[in-house]
Amino acid sequence: MPAVEDTAPAAEEAAFEAVGLTRSYRLEGVSVDALRGVSLRIGRGEFVAIVGPSGSGKSTLMHLLGCLDRPTVGVLRVNGVDVSTLDDGGLADLRNQVIGFVFQSFHLLGRTSALDNVALPLVYRGVGRAERRRRAEEALTSVGLGHRLDHRPSQMSGGEQQRVAIARALVGDPKVVLADEPTGNLDTRNGEEVMGILARLNAERGVAVVLVTHEAEVAAQARRRIHVRDGLIELDDGDAP
Amino acid sequence: MRGAEALRMALEALRVNRLRSALTMFGVVIGVSAVVILVAIGTGAKEAVEGEIAGLGSNIILVVPGQVGLGAAPTQSRLDLTDVAYVRRVVGDPSKVTVAVNSGEPVRVGRTEVFATVTGTDQYMPNIFERPLHRGRYLSATDVDTRRRVAVLGSEVADKLFQDVDPIGRQITVAGVRFRVIGLYEPVGATFGVARDQEVHIPVTTAQRLVGLNRINGIAVGASGPDEIEPLRQKVVQALAERYPGERFSAVTQTQLLGTIGSVLGMLTGVLAAIAGISLLVGGVGVSNIMLVSVRERTREIGLRKALGARQRDVLRQFLIEAVLLTTIGGVIGILLGVGGSLLIQAVSPVPAAITWWSVTLAFGVSAAVGVFFGVAPARRAARLDPVIALRAE
Repeated sequence: MPAVEDTAPAAEEAAFEAVGLTRSYRLEGVSVDALRGVSLRIGRGEFVAIVGPSGSGKSTLMHLLGCLDRPTVGVLRVNGVDVSTLDDGGLADLRNQVIGFVFQSFHLLGRTSALDNVALPLVYRGVGRAERRRRAEEALTSVGLGHRLDHRPSQMSGGEQQRVAIARALVGDPKVVLADEPTGNLDTRNGEEVMGILARLNAERGVAVVLVTHEAEVAAQARRRIHVRDGLIELDDGDAP
Repeated sequence: MRGAEALRMALEALRVNRLRSALTMFGVVIGVSAVVILVAIGTGAKEAVEGEIAGLGSNIILVVPGQVGLGAAPTQSRLDLTDVAYVRRVVGDPSKVTVAVNSGEPVRVGRTEVFATVTGTDQYMPNIFERPLHRGRYLSATDVDTRRRVAVLGSEVADKLFQDVDPIGRQITVAGVRFRVIGLYEPVGATFGVARDQEVHIPVTTAQRLVGLNRINGIAVGASGPDEIEPLRQKVVQALAERYPGERFSAVTQTQLLGTIGSVLGMLTGVLAAIAGISLLVGGVGVSNIMLVSVRERTREIGLRKALGARQRDVLRQFLIEAVLLTTIGGVIGILLGVGGSLLIQAVSPVPAAITWWSVTLAFGVSAAVGVFFGVAPARRAARLDPVIALRAE
């Protein structure tokens, strides 16, 4: 059940709202456009897959949506906030509070317990130790790892590691989970399990899930697919804004 | 992020790389302990020399013919006992002036012979120099006036010649002449390498006859207080210059000696500390180097932390704290080693060592500062990493 108690204006209802996003890189003096004017709107509680071949610009789009990078041109509002008004610290706070990341290669801290890995975003939010522990434990339990709190990533399977990463993405109660090829390093069974968890989060908690993938099977599980090619949106089968 | 959290994180990072952290610290440990030990030795040497000078007695002015100074050739003395009488009149109080005639002579008892510094002096010597008696008596006015062949022995001379026998009243032979022992000094140690316990004191008049000269080697004047030293010194030098126009006389005070030697040894201590400081600096470069390696190795971790909401200053603080922890923990260990080493040197070697709080505090402060200084560059590099690039790093 999506939360609907917001009193914010309709325009700020969206998790992401992008108008004419362009991102250019300078490679050895030559300007390369990775994105060439992308406009989209992803509402709260949506389950979206961004699909495209490698080099299509989907990763760049993901980095922009994740506030890891800034657009060269264009306006991006994340949870109603125009990112161009934020400094680096403000972007860090936005990532911390609004977005949960799930990466293809998990990105867990190797010599740190599952619990401490999951609690890490809360450290940067200034949450106290006991409260962090409680919330991290809750998040790990919700992905079915309540019994492996003190295990280190090296003591876990790939599927378990990705579930730890999902717990970490969730621990801060984000509005959006951005998952970059979350099943890319997993076998089919673990991949399905991870997708199942993401779908359940979306359905039960109303967290928007934005999935970047090049696998059609994975993309098929989303309720909306945005196809990116050559830095442009080629096809958007969802309810167009 | 809270400060305590950053500290905990940094400690964790150091713990994870135990060996590397220990090796990096080692450079700082060596630097800091070297500073503490070398400063302790320098300070100890200075204190020892100052103690020796102070041990001579208080407010002494030594008058010698010629110019005293490094490289000055020894001057043939032309002073004699009439000059001593003259200086006594100038000073006004005869009991505050004494005299020395020095000669190295063999001293024999039975078959035992030692080489001693035979010093002719007078009854006023104990008024001016700190020379406590162990037994017997000092030279008297009558001893001097009647050229008695009596001697007061330094403790080492007495030990060598008489071993366990009480020397008082016994005969010794100095340069073939028989003397009677009337007194025995307490051990006083050496001053500037002059072994004062190897001296034999005899009446100055007897000494002059013994060596066949009527010259004296020096006059010592005792001032009544520290403020009197300088005026008295000038008065004596001027009076002698008037008596012997065209000749030079030097009067050296303990304060001058203390000042000269103190500044030389202070400089030496400074040089030692600076050399040790260089090794601390090298340790700091090591910290910087390791931190740069660490930042490179942990690029992905930094990218992840940033993605999860770490701000630049959170990352900066984390790495800076790591660097400062490396140097301050190294500093504390270095101080402990340095203090321990200084105490050991003091205990088992003749080298004096005195631990000074300023060197300990300075060494700790410098090691912390080294951490900040050499940690800033790697920490800034970490803080400024682009999260997109950092996350992609292998």
